[in-house]
Amino acid sequence: MASGTELTHAAPTAGEYIAHHLTFLNNSGEMQANLIDFGLYNVDTLFYSIVLGLLTVFLLHRAAAKATSGVPGRFQAAVEILVEMVADQAKGMIHSEESRRFVAPLALTVFIWIFFMNAMDLLPVDLLPRIWEGVYAAAGHDPHHAYMRVVPTADINATMGMSIAVLLLCLYYNVKIKGAGGWFHELISAPFGNHILLAPFNFAMNVIEFLAKTVSHGMRLFGNMFAGELIFMLIALMGGAWTGMNAPSILLAAGHFVAGLSWAIFHILVITLQAFIFMMLTLVYIGQAHDGH
Amino acid sequence: MNLNATLIIQLVVFLSFVWFTKNFVWPPIVKALDERAKKVADGLAAADKAKADLANAEKRSMEELRSARESAAELRAGAEKQAGKLVEDARAEANRIIAAAREAATTEAGAAAQKAKDALRDQVAALAVAGAERILRREINAQTHADLLSNLKQELS
Repeated sequence: MASGTELTHAAPTAGEYIAHHLTFLNNSGEMQANLIDFGLYNVDTLFYSIVLGLLTVFLLHRAAAKATSGVPGRFQAAVEILVEMVADQAKGMIHSEESRRFVAPLALTVFIWIFFMNAMDLLPVDLLPRIWEGVYAAAGHDPHHAYMRVVPTADINATMGMSIAVLLLCLYYNVKIKGAGGWFHELISAPFGNHILLAPFNFAMNVIEFLAKTVSHGMRLFGNMFAGELIFMLIALMGGAWTGMNAPSILLAAGHFVAGLSWAIFHILVITLQAFIFMMLTLVYIGQAHDGH
Repeated sequence: MNLNATLIIQLVVFLSFVWFTKNFVWPPIVKALDERAKKVADGLAAADKAKADLANAEKRSMEELRSARESAAELRAGAEKQAGKLVEDARAEANRIIAAAREAATTEAGAAAQKAKDALRDQVAALAVAGAERILRREINAQTHADLLSNLKQELS
């Protein structure tokens, strides 16, 4: 992992380095000033997530195009293992053959796509940002403003975008399975009981439940990936403090190596697990939309 | 963690990828998996059937072998019995022939002895006649008589 020194200016402080790495490249080119601004979009998040999404569907499509009932190759077998795993999980949670035909592919896409996006965390934290800085400076811009975040799932917009998509699907399946009237009845009669006085509380409770599920769904993935990325940055600070062949620098570099290696190995588990959890929760929430209270 | 329009774009992107997977990835893979599962099931069933067939064939061949062995034993027993009977018959025939031969020999020997006795009697008679003739021709001569008689005696004994 390269040090965090800028190309033309003096080395940034640790705070500046972290802040720079935590700023998204949006369409304005500046750091987003307001907490919520729907006039902006994050170019880096969208770029990496779309590229990785295309990679996902490309790989899956290749496996699908070559799929035969004969003896599978290794790649095909690997994809088939994933498909079987997802199909089994979907079968356990969604008791509607017709819904599964859409939800199981959704779960597969979610799992592999999120896994790839999470895996961007394993690239050296400075690799792509430094390349971008070089490109940005070569194009005649101020490299201080060459922002780049490479882990799309460490962007709350990406994770919340996906969890809201899942929410919309839950609403859709609620209406589809129970009918608009049936679902409305469920909203005002569960969980406390079917009574006119309890209806507002039931309704409020259900709204809170949907909100909480969606927010926690998106925030869980975001939080894990954000924290993982931040720790990689903090580890990179150790190597970034290199001042020459002296004892503190060498010790810090050794610490960088050991900490970076162990965190990266541990992170292999985290990225897989978080992708799996997001997929499972997607299945659970959509499955709940199929079951009455 | 600032919110912006990325959220909405990501939502659309997400659903687009899902749409693609649903239409172009999932069905062929699942179809191939189902087909393979069926193939494997068929293969296993065929293997079971072949195993059962083999067991049947083995059983049948064992039965054939046993019955063949039984009929062979029967044949051998019959042959032995027949051979024994043949030997028995041959022995009886041989005994009969021997007895007949012995009887014939005995009869022949008896006849020969009788014939010899008859011949001897004839000779004795002839000698007696001859002796009497000589006695009558020489008249009385005690000494000559004695010689003749002793001669005769000798010839008779």
